[in-house]
Amino acid sequence: MVDLTTKYLGMTLKNPLIASASLLTGSLDNVKKLEDSGIAAVVLQSIFEEQINKEIHQIDHFLFRNRDSFSEATEFFPQDEDFDHIRPDAYLEEVARIKQSVDIPVIGSLNGVSDGGWIDYATKLQDAGVDALELNVTYVPTDATLNPREVEEMYIKTIKDLKAHVKIPLSLKMNSCFTNPAFTAKQFEDAGVNALTIFDNPTLVDIDLEELTTLTKVNLTSSSSLSQTLRWCAILYNQLDIDLCANTGIHSGEDVLKALMSGAKATSFASVLFQKGISEVSIMLEFIEQWMIEKEYKSITQMIGSISLEHTDNPAAFERSSYMHALTTYRY
Amino acid sequence: MKKTFITVDANEAVARVAHKINEVIAIYPITPASPMGELSDVYSSKGEKNIFGQVPEVYEMQSEGGASGAVHGSLQAGAITTTFTASQGLLLMIPNMYKIAGELTSTVFHVASRSIANQALSIFGDHQDVMGVRQTGFALLASGCGQEAHDFALIAQAATLEARVPFLHFFDGFRTSHEVSKIEMLGEDILRSMIHTDLVNAHRKRALTPDNPFIRGTSQNPDVYFQTRESVNKYYLAVPEILQKQMDRFAALTGRAYHLFDYVGAKDATKVIMLMGSGAEAADETAEYLANKGEKVGMIKVRLALPFAVDAFIEALPKTVKAIAVLDRTKESGSLGEPLYHDVVTALFENSDILPFEMPKVMGGRFGLSSKEFTPGMIKGIYDEMGKPSPKKHFTIGINDDVTHTSLEYDENFYLQNDDMYEAMFYGLGSDGTVGANKNTIKIIGADTDKYAQGYFVYDSKKSGAMTVSHVRIASKKIKSTYAIQKANFLAVHQAVFLEKFDILPHLRKGGTFLLNTPYPKDELWHRLPKIVQEYIKENDITFYAIDAYEIAKQTGMGRRINTIMQTCFFAISKILPIDEAIDSIKKSIQKTYGKKSDLIVKMNYDAVDSTLKNLYKVDTSLMGIDSDISLSPILKGDMSPFVDEITRKLSAFMGDSIPVSKFPADGTWPSGTTQFEKRNIGLEVPVWDPDVCIQCNECVEVCPHSVIRANVFDASLLKGAPEGFLHAEAKGKEFGENAVYNISVSVEDCTGCTLCVEVCPAKNKSQTNLKAINMHDQLPLRESGAKIWDFFTSLPTVDRDIVKHNSSKEAQFLEPLFEFSGACPGCGETPYIKLASQLFGDRMIVANATGCTSIYGGNLPTTPWKKNKEGKGPAWSNSLFEDNSEFGLGFRLAIDNHKNRAEILLSELKDKLDAQLVDEILKAVQKTEQDINAQRSRVTKLEDALKAMNTDEAKELLQISEYLVKKSVWIMGGDGWAYDIGYGGLDHVLASGKNVNILVLDTQVYSNTGGQQSKATPTGAVAKFAAGGKSGVAKDLAAMAVAYENVYVAKVAMGANNTATTKAFIEAEAYDGVSIIIAYSQCIAHGYDLRYGMQQQKNAVNSGVWPIFRFNPSLIDSGTNPMHLDYKGPKIDVKDYMYNETRFKMVEKMNKNSAKEFLQTARHTAQTQYKRYKTLEEEYGSKL
Repeated sequence: MVDLTTKYLGMTLKNPLIASASLLTGSLDNVKKLEDSGIAAVVLQSIFEEQINKEIHQIDHFLFRNRDSFSEATEFFPQDEDFDHIRPDAYLEEVARIKQSVDIPVIGSLNGVSDGGWIDYATKLQDAGVDALELNVTYVPTDATLNPREVEEMYIKTIKDLKAHVKIPLSLKMNSCFTNPAFTAKQFEDAGVNALTIFDNPTLVDIDLEELTTLTKVNLTSSSSLSQTLRWCAILYNQLDIDLCANTGIHSGEDVLKALMSGAKATSFASVLFQKGISEVSIMLEFIEQWMIEKEYKSITQMIGSISLEHTDNPAAFERSSYMHALTTYRY
Repeated sequence: MKKTFITVDANEAVARVAHKINEVIAIYPITPASPMGELSDVYSSKGEKNIFGQVPEVYEMQSEGGASGAVHGSLQAGAITTTFTASQGLLLMIPNMYKIAGELTSTVFHVASRSIANQALSIFGDHQDVMGVRQTGFALLASGCGQEAHDFALIAQAATLEARVPFLHFFDGFRTSHEVSKIEMLGEDILRSMIHTDLVNAHRKRALTPDNPFIRGTSQNPDVYFQTRESVNKYYLAVPEILQKQMDRFAALTGRAYHLFDYVGAKDATKVIMLMGSGAEAADETAEYLANKGEKVGMIKVRLALPFAVDAFIEALPKTVKAIAVLDRTKESGSLGEPLYHDVVTALFENSDILPFEMPKVMGGRFGLSSKEFTPGMIKGIYDEMGKPSPKKHFTIGINDDVTHTSLEYDENFYLQNDDMYEAMFYGLGSDGTVGANKNTIKIIGADTDKYAQGYFVYDSKKSGAMTVSHVRIASKKIKSTYAIQKANFLAVHQAVFLEKFDILPHLRKGGTFLLNTPYPKDELWHRLPKIVQEYIKENDITFYAIDAYEIAKQTGMGRRINTIMQTCFFAISKILPIDEAIDSIKKSIQKTYGKKSDLIVKMNYDAVDSTLKNLYKVDTSLMGIDSDISLSPILKGDMSPFVDEITRKLSAFMGDSIPVSKFPADGTWPSGTTQFEKRNIGLEVPVWDPDVCIQCNECVEVCPHSVIRANVFDASLLKGAPEGFLHAEAKGKEFGENAVYNISVSVEDCTGCTLCVEVCPAKNKSQTNLKAINMHDQLPLRESGAKIWDFFTSLPTVDRDIVKHNSSKEAQFLEPLFEFSGACPGCGETPYIKLASQLFGDRMIVANATGCTSIYGGNLPTTPWKKNKEGKGPAWSNSLFEDNSEFGLGFRLAIDNHKNRAEILLSELKDKLDAQLVDEILKAVQKTEQDINAQRSRVTKLEDALKAMNTDEAKELLQISEYLVKKSVWIMGGDGWAYDIGYGGLDHVLASGKNVNILVLDTQVYSNTGGQQSKATPTGAVAKFAAGGKSGVAKDLAAMAVAYENVYVAKVAMGANNTATTKAFIEAEAYDGVSIIIAYSQCIAHGYDLRYGMQQQKNAVNSGVWPIFRFNPSLIDSGTNPMHLDYKGPKIDVKDYMYNETRFKMVEKMNKNSAKEFLQTARHTAQTQYKRYKTLEEEYGSKL
């Protein structure tokens, strides 16, 4: 019998498989199915403050807009006292229900939150019972005059503010677009974050040639997206004292094993669950277990970081020279 | 016991009581009574129980006739039952009222009394409706203010239970129903004390039940009927005593004493005015004021108008009385006087031998029809008249009747000096939150101080860009001033543009305070004011404050909502409350309103309050001189008739009160096409055409709800003299000739800025794809040049109608719209269809228009949008009622057919004396297409020329009706409230008639005009009033019902989804020789989304299957063509992708996810079943061919 447990964010997970934040982790039904299929933890569907505020604004706007403007109709909807429930409570209630109904750790996700909103929502999620928080800043700087340092400072301030107000562990879903991601990751560690999720997987942008407009698409990954994840887990593994969670490109048991060896303590994924269904978790677990037996690994802990930048026999593969290496070693 | 005060309007004051003491409430919405039913529904949907321990059943019926039937039934089955209504609604209840009274049934109908439609509809208040039901056997009890309405709602119920005579409790529409004031609320203990269980049980015991069967409502014969009618007399005789007894019980419980007649004034008064309703409050205030100054005047408030309590009346009069002026807020043409006058005269005459005073002079006067102001000046005018040696026996007050000289003169500048009262006026825009902010201010003052506050809100007649005027009074004593503020202490103008158009400041008293929301910086502000404003400020020692509220709103994330900002300014300046307390109260109120919804919205409002205090500033006018050369912009512009120039201009300037009777048409006939002179300039942004990008599809023209975008094709030589900025492109289409140019022009001064045109434009700029062929730009810099361009555009010849392919959605848009610049909401979904009909058939169109949005933006004074073309032809339009529109339109057809038949007979008879070939051609003419009709027109013109030369009676008669030889197009239009609900019986009858009429149902799926009540067209899952949790049922499939007749042309259309099919539907419907009905999807502000996306939503509605579109043309059967043609291919997108773009659906998801899921499932299922239904029909008809 092999030991699949791993320690992540101060918790002992029964295996390194975490369902990352997506529509699939938004309801109790799905979370229960994930638990049944063997998942070790779930990151709940994000609470999008932007979206909540937008909806509230929208509803409030349209309830308000035509009020008291014409003598025959001083309003067009039943009086607003009826709509007391237009607020994030429903989300928080669902979070509490999920937490009470499953045994696996439940990680709350904060996404697209405003300056003042982070602490408010983090506190509410903590009160709702989540075991840890994952922070997803989702910030795309579009201003050419904005100093990159200011962007980093914004991240750091947010982490510090949150750490000052919540007690539960905090992970940051990191964006890969920093000049020196390792340096920035170190700063995040210094700011107090307990783990980094490598990396955020933003939505895709496309152009519609028929309508001559831009499109936003869900970014479903594949195993081929794993490269970046492996590289940065491997680079960061020995340079940080905090946990790493491999997030992009995990589609199979093999991908999980690779990620762990590169330095991740856990892996999180969603695309494969959309593509193959929740039951894929048990298939992945079975593969991992079988592989470990075949290769005579006793525990997950054994392999974590075993092929990191420091521990690999071929560090060049993780560095820029790997490109040169690939060229020079290619056999015609 | 601790007193509880609430600040509410009378509708709410009554609903709060009625909901507590009734078990069943059956209603139908009608202005101004609708809020009573809506509030009752809200209370019940929240689970609020009545004093019997149950949640009352509130049920919306299909009409007031239906509501009164349901009330009657519920009463007969033993439930304590009520209804709320007004005006035409009350008239529709008359048959049931006779029944209810005849059967001695205890009930109270609460009526927000309103004018009756005579020469015109009016939503405003008077007693014509109530006086129209005097004969039904209901006791009539009048309230004059919110407190009385609250109290009398209970007293009436207590009295009716004891008396068994039903009561009609009424209060003045708008002046009382919508006036917000502070009242002492009745606790449930008092309600229980007043409603005797024994009497309730007795009522229930009289119920029809199979366990104790009897028959009620027999058919009686001459031997019985008369006696049984007389058998009820004793009950009526007992009513006054019973009512007074209940009033006394009420007084013992509350300390508020009422009497059947309440006298106010000098004990030794010689002149007494009598009246009921809100006018009595103003008369009370004035009589007391004058009596305190030593004048021997008094007034009587009539509470119980019927049965008229003679003894109590005589008892109430001072023994010194010499003259009585009886005022009725109603009009009975041809009568010797109005009802109260008659009752008073009869009472005095019949008791002349026992009067404790000499027979006084009695005068009868009419006042306040349709909420016409009734002021202390008018009241004093009446007293003055009474003092004359030969006063007018019958008079009117408040108008200048220079025809029959009924009116009394009065001092318009007389007002009651009351240092205790603070009066404030606020001029806002409909959508800027001014009225809401003032209601909130009054609530704060009512709740947080021991002062009394009163708010009355005046709206103008437009649905878009309307000006609102709030009248707010604050005093330490109860406020009885039931009239507009004449001279305010404080006057705020929340939209600086109003100062450029209207002379507002004279409403501000000398030494008063003026607050202006202005975009201009401090150093520039004074010089930007019109000259008359500068002069008024300087000459009247006005203290002047200013703020840029829109800038603060922008900075604090409030968008264009300035309610909180301007409210903060008022408290900061007026110091009604210490500023800290006021700010605290405002913030509490913000928390109460938004706290449960969003902390962010609370924070934004808080920020706005704080920022306001920092940015509000006092303008130092001491060193300012009168340096402005800005004068008021003209109210109307253009080449107009003397009538419009004189009368309409005054109406538009809010000066209609000053127009004498002689200037008005006596029969309700007004000129068409007056909106063109108004130039409201309400669009902040307007569309600008880019000819280089344009593909000349005309879709922007088609969807424009206000007909401000027009397309034209004309010879390039006509470009000579075009003003700068007049753009053109080479015209596409050979039929227009080689030198033809194409132009799109925009009437920037009439545009509302809805942006539908931009959203629908399919052409994108190839180098900058965020631009289209039509793009929004700031209006102000374009105003002057735009007006010149529009003038040039309208001077150009229009495309020859004969070369236009009428059934092409593109080319139809070259036809001149004869419906333009209406007061409809920006982005209205109804008006593009109306405009299309006017383009295609306007010059031979006669329109019967059901009451509702269409009749309001189509026929509400001062200006109206239906117009005529350059030949003087255009739609003839009329509105009869809400419920009878189909029948009204059918009547048009019958008359027109009659004229046509008579003309044909005469023509045949005169054939020998005329060109026989011409006569034959006229008689045999096929008039299907525009070309056919134009040809017939030419023939008839020739005929008329010939007839003019003849001098026979037949020729003269034929000349008078020869126009009917040219086909007339009868259109019956209205909304879904009319077609699906109140008018469905008539509509169905007309559908079955086979007559050549065209019915256009502008389906917004909700009662739009009265504020969003559900109709039978409301779709599953939509939140509406009376469907607060979302409608669970399925909308009626009116189209399928019409198709079932098999000989009716039926089209269900959505312009945004298929404009070609829409245009064809109009052409086919009109050409069909029989009944046609078009049901048109119309987006509406009651759907809750930005209507710029209205056409996209129409597409979504069709693509999701929620709104199936098809045409069923029975005339095709004879030619072997399938009459059923589906214009869509079934559900292609999920219903969710349509529904959740709109607040009406989306909010259900926010309130109750489970309901939302169920609604979605039902809507998906309905979309599929409807598609199957219509597809099967198409296949079945196809297989029969």
